[in-house]
Amino acid sequence: MSGVLVQVADLRKRYPGSPVEAVAGISFEVREGEIFGLLGPNGAGKTTTIGTITTRVRPTAGRVVVDGHDVCRAPVAVKKRIAVVPQLSNLDRSLTAVENLAFHAAYFGAGRRERRRRALEMLARMGLEGRANDKVDKYSGGMAQRLMIARALMHEPRLLILDEPTTGLDPQSRLFLWEAMLDLRARGVTLMLTTHDMAEADRLCDRIAIVDHGKVIALDTPRGLRRLLPAEHGLEVVVSGREPLTVDTAENVEGAPEDDRWRGRIYGELSPGELADVVRAAGRELIELRRMEGSLEDVFVHLTGRELR
Amino acid sequence: MIRAFLAQCERDLYVTVRREPFSFLSQSLLQPLFFLFVFGRVLPEIGAAQGDYGAQLLPGILALTLVLTALQNVALPLVIEFSFTKEIEDRLLAPLPVTWVAVEKLLIATVRGVIGGLLILPLGELILPGGIDLGGASIPALAAMLVVGALVGACLGLVLGTAVPPNRISVAFGLILTPLIFTGATFYPWESLDSLRWFQVLTLVNPMTYVSEGMRGALTDAPHLAAGWIVLGLAAGIAIFGTLGVRGFLRRAVD
Repeated sequence: MSGVLVQVADLRKRYPGSPVEAVAGISFEVREGEIFGLLGPNGAGKTTTIGTITTRVRPTAGRVVVDGHDVCRAPVAVKKRIAVVPQLSNLDRSLTAVENLAFHAAYFGAGRRERRRRALEMLARMGLEGRANDKVDKYSGGMAQRLMIARALMHEPRLLILDEPTTGLDPQSRLFLWEAMLDLRARGVTLMLTTHDMAEADRLCDRIAIVDHGKVIALDTPRGLRRLLPAEHGLEVVVSGREPLTVDTAENVEGAPEDDRWRGRIYGELSPGELADVVRAAGRELIELRRMEGSLEDVFVHLTGRELR
Repeated sequence: MIRAFLAQCERDLYVTVRREPFSFLSQSLLQPLFFLFVFGRVLPEIGAAQGDYGAQLLPGILALTLVLTALQNVALPLVIEFSFTKEIEDRLLAPLPVTWVAVEKLLIATVRGVIGGLLILPLGELILPGGIDLGGASIPALAAMLVVGALVGACLGLVLGTAVPPNRISVAFGLILTPLIFTGATFYPWESLDSLRWFQVLTLVNPMTYVSEGMRGALTDAPHLAAGWIVLGLAAGIAIFGTLGVRGFLRRAVD
């Protein structure tokens, strides 16, 4: 098993003047080389949790350790190892794109020639090579996002934190970012992201923590989380003939005819193979058979409720 | 950590020189230029002030330029960076203690203040009827006052930039800058206020008074506040506002 890069243990945060804890005892670990997702409704405590890891929020209690360094005792060592891509642009508007990258690298100790070379290389990697000398206030939302990722990678962080990286981007920019994130993981960078976008979390994350009311309410792989849904234990089947299929070993069968077929949902501890046998024994033709899996969105709503925040 | 600090200084100097020289110069020099012209040239010309008023005015205008240039160069960018553009975040996440980021802001604003102050001297030579006379001036005292005066302004700016909520900044600037300018012994030597005792005492609260009086001492042989009081006033101003400012900065930077 790979090592642990981030360790959050019983983290609590109460902001001055607030009656409730923004984070009320969160614990999780981020393993080296994985993409870890933090999912939750607005105000669930995601941003505060990220804030403590980036040294910008001081925990009221608990411990946050990044690559062996405590965020409270050794913030400078932590900052050397991480990089943050915020939700909204915080690029330096007085500078051009290439200068943004070069000065960032300088903050992390890169020499003059080195920082310029890396900046140009990184712009090319993010598809911004023609726009190196533009002021960043001329950049579109998607370009700014790519430039911030380029900036974050200038000092080769161990951990890249992305706060809702694709919110408000067009589909092209979104696909580009997804590929960039997977590429980074392949290069050994650990990624941590917060998102509302279930498709994004499902597609990218190795493991996901669902956070609500300042607590982790579920933590698993996307597949493991989907298994939390009651509907997981069921099969959906389409067979020839309009009459309902009788399955004696099932807990419950629901279905309806569809043209010259019958489509049904079979609930219970029945394997796809067993169901196929039942269909064959009934003399029907099997047209479709799949395990019912809810979307991550179903899991999310199942766990956090429907009310608006 | 030192490299991160120096790199942030480099960025700020680069932007001052390469990107915003015009806005920097107009922001720091326009107001003193008009004060010098109207009070030092126009008023004596029309007989509303004595001919040598300009000589008394110059140290005050120098102090005003130092303090206000440094103050505005900390306060305005900080309000914008913390509340709107968030540009400060990339610096706060650089590998150096957060306090150093605040100190860097003070240092650069001090440098900008000193540049603004130095540019006032040739302007005074051009504008004032008798030019400026540095014959009786103490150059080491002038140099020290340039640096210390700008630092006082920078500390005030750090307090203002971190303590005032962004939606009130324009009100706060109006409420604070005008009294600061007019109670800072800028347009009159402090000694001459003894016929208006209550006002004379009141001006002692304004750190700019000590900068103006220090400049007066450095540039002229006119009577001024005793050197010991000037040093004490400047030291207290830097200590009090510097501490408050750095504390305010930490509060804004780390929740």
